[in-house]
Amino acid sequence: MSTVTAQLAPTFSAGRSGKDVRSDLKVTFQPRTFGGIDIELNSRVSTYYGDSIRAEALDVLNQMGVVDCHLQIEDEGALPFVISARVEAAVRRAWGGKGKRVLPERTAKQTPLQRDRLRRSRLYLPGAEPKYFINAALHAPDAIILDLEDSVHPNEKDTSRLLVRNALRAVDFGSCERMVRINQLPLGLSDLEEVVPEHPDLILIPKTETPEQVIEVARKIADIKHHNAISDPIWLMPILESALGMENAFAIAKADDNVVALTIGLEDYTADLGVVKTAEGTESLYARTRLVNAAKAAGVQAIDSVFGDVADLESLHAWGLRSRAMGFEGMGCIHPGQIAVIHEAFAPTQAEIDKALKIVAAFEDAKSQGVGVVSLGSKMIDPPVVNRALKLVDRARAMNLIKPQD
Amino acid sequence: MSTATQPKADLAQNAAGKPVPTVVNGREQTPYLGVGRYQPTGRKAAPPISSNKDYPENGDKRVPDLETALRLCGLRDGMVISSHHHLRDGDAIALETLQTAARMGAKDLMWFPSASFPSQKPVIDLMQAGVVHHIEGSMNGPLGDYCSRGKMRGLGVLRSHGGRWQAIQDGEVHIDIAVIAAPTADPFGNATGTIGKSACGGLGFALADSIYADKVIVVTDNLVPFPCIPWQIQGNNVDYVVEVPSIGDPSKIVSGTTQITRSPDRLLIARYVAEFLRDAGIMRDGFSFQAGAGGIALAFVDYLRRMMKEAGVKARFVRGGSTKYLVDLLNEGLTGYILDGQTFDLEGVRSLATNARHVSSSPFTSYNYHGKGNIASMIDAIVLGATEVDINFNGNVVTHSDGRLLHGIGGWQNCLFAGCTILAVPSFRDRIPVIVDEVTTLTGPGELIDVVVTERGIAINPRRQDLIDATKNSRLPIKSIQQIQQEVFAICGGRPQKPKLTDRPVAVVKWVDGTVLDTVWQLEP
Repeated sequence: MSTVTAQLAPTFSAGRSGKDVRSDLKVTFQPRTFGGIDIELNSRVSTYYGDSIRAEALDVLNQMGVVDCHLQIEDEGALPFVISARVEAAVRRAWGGKGKRVLPERTAKQTPLQRDRLRRSRLYLPGAEPKYFINAALHAPDAIILDLEDSVHPNEKDTSRLLVRNALRAVDFGSCERMVRINQLPLGLSDLEEVVPEHPDLILIPKTETPEQVIEVARKIADIKHHNAISDPIWLMPILESALGMENAFAIAKADDNVVALTIGLEDYTADLGVVKTAEGTESLYARTRLVNAAKAAGVQAIDSVFGDVADLESLHAWGLRSRAMGFEGMGCIHPGQIAVIHEAFAPTQAEIDKALKIVAAFEDAKSQGVGVVSLGSKMIDPPVVNRALKLVDRARAMNLIKPQD
Repeated sequence: MSTATQPKADLAQNAAGKPVPTVVNGREQTPYLGVGRYQPTGRKAAPPISSNKDYPENGDKRVPDLETALRLCGLRDGMVISSHHHLRDGDAIALETLQTAARMGAKDLMWFPSASFPSQKPVIDLMQAGVVHHIEGSMNGPLGDYCSRGKMRGLGVLRSHGGRWQAIQDGEVHIDIAVIAAPTADPFGNATGTIGKSACGGLGFALADSIYADKVIVVTDNLVPFPCIPWQIQGNNVDYVVEVPSIGDPSKIVSGTTQITRSPDRLLIARYVAEFLRDAGIMRDGFSFQAGAGGIALAFVDYLRRMMKEAGVKARFVRGGSTKYLVDLLNEGLTGYILDGQTFDLEGVRSLATNARHVSSSPFTSYNYHGKGNIASMIDAIVLGATEVDINFNGNVVTHSDGRLLHGIGGWQNCLFAGCTILAVPSFRDRIPVIVDEVTTLTGPGELIDVVVTERGIAINPRRQDLIDATKNSRLPIKSIQQIQQEVFAICGGRPQKPKLTDRPVAVVKWVDGTVLDTVWQLEP
């Protein structure tokens, strides 16, 4: 085959390589009309996994029905699920977005999660950056979010979608709830087609302003679940990021049975209001209290925004304490270092736990004696106080703050 | 002294099952016999007896330049020239010495640094020109690559800091001329690293050279009138003093500030290490520990500091590699002393110069295995790194998994004798598993490595039932080393392929007692 032809034939790339890139690769696909498959590999781990990388790439090409091509791989130590996603993405780009889905072996475990589970911390993982996926669960957030929206460049939406899909199959996210933030509709519908068959636990719907948007997403999910015989629920968490969204908060929370929480995006919200976002958050006080109220009225969780300054853990802690006091049950994280601080801020204090345990004990006593009125010492305890104590004890148990014998 | 031709290697299998050369650079070797099995005999080496009549009565040993000093020392072909690495990558004197020797027409020298650094890459030119025959000392970067490709005439010999003292003391290496770069010195040759524009802290790595070499030259860029206090190097061992405008680049000698790692995964490893010491009951009043200046080690010290405060516990002493983080412990009263082997940042240098509880130590007191005990084995816990560790807890620090020379041994081998030796390592780097079936180059026997801490879990050596029992109720993710290895293989896509190496030795790794522990093989061309 002449070099001139080879140079003139168009190429299609996916992924990244370079000195600063880790756990990713750049795949350049050049369709040909004859000559078979020719793979050119340059990898910092070729001594150990050179054969494996070639085999992985060849397998994807075979499954997609590619017969003749030149495939150039610049690898920076990418894991197998990344290699297959990038090869598939490059071929699909050559074919106008079409092509068979090539799925890595499913090794991640699938267990349905409770709708009202702890959601104190959810760690955002940029969907184009596989290096952040691999060890995310080790930092023990309550949830991870594979993000396809704001952290992904518009040109990388198609490739990131495949990467996130493969991650849902191949990456062990431990006991974390596996969330995906899709793009705004209609782009988000294409995201759903790719990721829902791998049943993530929850879908975050960005920039939600009306209940209809939630309904559209819920319908699409139901449709895909039906086609893929998925029966476990996939929960929804609309993100309210505008004045209109706040006005419709209750209706949004009630739009579908699978909505388990409302959350707020403060960057966009303050921009919509035309005000400056501050560390104290006075400008968003109304929106946050309104969101809490709407969420509680609808029987779902209220979850706070992210805190942007990853170096300032003290202010994060202060924010978390205020947030919990307002009725929020968790926050977003953009760095693993924020997780422990948030968990601490959202934990009930020992005094709260002790008091709640006493009330619960008094309640159990009264119940066993068939007495209708719960009293602690000389004081009568009202039913709402008992309920709050029961909830707090449940939550504290879920956070491992109460020893089993207590 | 070294031979100019490299005989075809005769190999013997040592007690670790490794084939090792029986002759290295013309000298018969003892293959490694096992930990504590080799019994040294005979008497220590000694320099020739000198007489005051040959030195100026006024104590002024200055000569105009390094060339004069080398000539007066009787520089000839085949000599062993030594240098120290307290100036790290900022050192200008070791290279200057060899280049001066080259100008003087010397050939076939053996360079015997306590460690080499990337800025000394031009030594490759001197090897190609025949000035330097070979290097015995750590080789990394370009020098490591040169040696790994089999281009060096002699075999590289890698020794620990303690092993270097042992080799000099036992007469395995005879230093003809020691050139000691000194941040401050007096005309008599007393020298210190604590002060001066090129201050580096201690000068312990040069101490053996100053005691045992035939001739000793001190080179300084801060000459003070007698006496230079403290005299870390004693003028009574020194032949000549050379004053130069600069001994190196201060910005590369010590870092302004040492940085804690920002990698969340490495921070997690550091936190696990600190929590392990707490949960195992090692962190208790009066305990001692050592940690280096790597990112994980610094973060570990920071976590441990918080836990010590919380528990109201103080250390009797800590050993460094001193940095701001150890100095903070000292200033907060969380440790009684810092015993400092080398000083990594400005805070460390300042503290060593001004705080009487911050004390300079040498490989003799800390690491020498052929002595009457050393500090390393008296330390409760030491945190180290490694390039690889295998399922039998053997460790490798000298080569990359592909067999290329990557690091010196430093004090690593010597530290393995601590009460609890912890390797703090990521479980894989760039898809390359760190826990392997068998280490590429054996640097530390598994029987001395107690705990491997990774971000995926903590493995305790089954030989340490006491540590297993002590941490039975810990919430830490304690797993078997095989379990961690299998998890990593599952992530990385199976067992890695074996790198291809030739059967030609390019260097040997010495154990702390001078026996040969393993061989570094030439890379495939």
